[in-house]
Amino acid sequence: MTTKSQSLMNWIDARFPLTSSYKAHLSEYYAPRNFNFWYFFGSLALLVLVIQIITGIFLVMHYKPDASLNVSGIPVAFASVEYIMREVPGGWLIRYLHSTGASAFFIVVYLHMFRAMLYGSYRKPRELLWIFGVLIFLVLMAEAFMGYLLPWGQMSFWGAQVIINLFSAIPLIGEDLSTVIRGDFVIGDATLNRFFALHVIAMPLVLLGLVVAHLVALHEVGSNNPDGVEIKKKKDANGIPLDGIPFHPYYTVKDIVGVGVFLFFFSWVVFFMPEGGGYFLEFNNFIPADPLKTPPHIAPVWYFTPFYSILRAVTFPLFGLDAKFWGVVAMGAAVVILFFLPWLDRSPVKSIRYRGPIYKSALAIFVVSFFILGYLGVLAPTPMRTLAAQICSVLYFAFFLLMPWYSKIDKCKPEPERVTSK
Amino acid sequence: MIKTFKRFAVALLFAPALAFGAAASVNLDRAPVSTDPDALQHGAKLFVNYCLNCHSASFVRYKQLNAIGLTDDQIRNNLMFAGERVGDLMKIAMRPGESKAWFGAAPPDLTLVARQRNSTDGSGADWLYTYMRQFYRDSERPTGWNNLVFENVGMAHVFWELQGEQVAHFTPNGDGTNSVRLELVKPGTMSVQEYDEAVADLVSFLVWMGEPVAEKRKSIGFFVLIFFVGFSILAYVLKKNYWKDIH
Repeated sequence: MTTKSQSLMNWIDARFPLTSSYKAHLSEYYAPRNFNFWYFFGSLALLVLVIQIITGIFLVMHYKPDASLNVSGIPVAFASVEYIMREVPGGWLIRYLHSTGASAFFIVVYLHMFRAMLYGSYRKPRELLWIFGVLIFLVLMAEAFMGYLLPWGQMSFWGAQVIINLFSAIPLIGEDLSTVIRGDFVIGDATLNRFFALHVIAMPLVLLGLVVAHLVALHEVGSNNPDGVEIKKKKDANGIPLDGIPFHPYYTVKDIVGVGVFLFFFSWVVFFMPEGGGYFLEFNNFIPADPLKTPPHIAPVWYFTPFYSILRAVTFPLFGLDAKFWGVVAMGAAVVILFFLPWLDRSPVKSIRYRGPIYKSALAIFVVSFFILGYLGVLAPTPMRTLAAQICSVLYFAFFLLMPWYSKIDKCKPEPERVTSK
Repeated sequence: MIKTFKRFAVALLFAPALAFGAAASVNLDRAPVSTDPDALQHGAKLFVNYCLNCHSASFVRYKQLNAIGLTDDQIRNNLMFAGERVGDLMKIAMRPGESKAWFGAAPPDLTLVARQRNSTDGSGADWLYTYMRQFYRDSERPTGWNNLVFENVGMAHVFWELQGEQVAHFTPNGDGTNSVRLELVKPGTMSVQEYDEAVADLVSFLVWMGEPVAEKRKSIGFFVLIFFVGFSILAYVLKKNYWKDIH
């Protein structure tokens, strides 16, 4: 028996690097032994990606990207979602898994990114790893935005209207660009169909490619850890890092615990509060899209609200270009600036554990600003709220732009030689 | 330096305080939503008799009323009047274009109304429960009716025979707003309590119709959560066991 399976493995290994890949990426991929709570979210993001792809495949079997009205005067796309919810066996579960999965994806990705900021995981030699990660975040935002149009409810329609109109603020090419995105002069069937194609084919393909690149880069440089020290610097006689443990079985069994706890909370939302209090499924989106009836208040889904707030915070024209254009620039810059993080940080240490009080305060202010921006983005603007959003937007950018200076002058503690035990 | 940051942090704490302005909101009564089959069946009867002439429920099949304890025969004999089949969707004969000409706006499909009317003021059920009880006489409206929750609504008070007629007394507060009190000037065939209960049953039915699977969803969810508690405990024990020699 043993010899038989051994010879089968030999046969495969002669044709495909199965054993060597298994070793390189699992049984002999050495990860630092001191991962903490924050290190669950990478594997959880992968889990949510799988949930989204599988549920998405089943949704596509029943969903119809068609903006025309059926005999009852309801758009076919909207009706097909309700058909999934009511008449497709188990359809309601598949749909709630997918809609909750969208929000869960952003929760775990935001926490995953925050982990990188806590422990300096974006620093040399992990700059490309971080850049692939930011690209994933960017594609994820596009994916979520396009997916949100598909139920063809009021918020789908008017949210897309607001966002696509932003592109028209770009000088010279803006109007043409927004027409190309819509595929029409107004949002309509052409928009719905192209967003469907991009949501179910183009973006997932790019996303999967980037995830592979992200993982390849990770396994090339090895994981950072909560102490921010390189475990590869101290190896034993066999060349194995002294503070490293094989990813499999140690982190596979540990990540399974994270999966269990995550799925508990995820199921809680899916089965007991699938609307997420109106944040995961907006109440207005249960009304079919009506191009003639603008809702009194258009709020994007929660995961976009921090950036939406930054967009709305710009209320003044500059250099002869109107405020809307500069709002778009600010919103774009808020994401793009993440790419430069590895080079903005000049601290001698990586981890928050050994950083000085300035960086710790700066990070705290950044996080609070981000939350306030997110909160304000849900609300209709008032002069006071706009002022609050402006203050927080300035703080958001100050965190990055002043970093080369404050991260350098901060009083850091010395890093340890080896990772510390929990 | 640190002081400056601290000052920033303090200023930041006050930022949300700036953000909360006073927003006008409607006071909604809490709807006593029930999942009891009797209440849902009574609600279904009211819905079919009073609502399903102008409003459709075009995502719901009559047959699905099996789920609230009605047999096909009961549905056929009590709730269907126009020769539909029991597998048909709850559609109406009125065309959206015609109704728009008559009422100013086409009466919306009510399948999802309880989910649509959710807001920060209260649940969709609360909105419906309050709305259906706050019609008052208004001679300036073409229908002769107005509503405190939905000002200048195109819909007439279809339950006026049951509830009776209310009039609204507006008293200025002095700050540009009005206090309002409704008075029942002509009693209907139901007492106030009976009418409130009837509306509650109707609203319960509308809530059920908005998501018929809701109760099943919660009962399945209970077992799913128990499963993941057990799964997580087992996974944790497994992890502990594997990790016992890692220090």
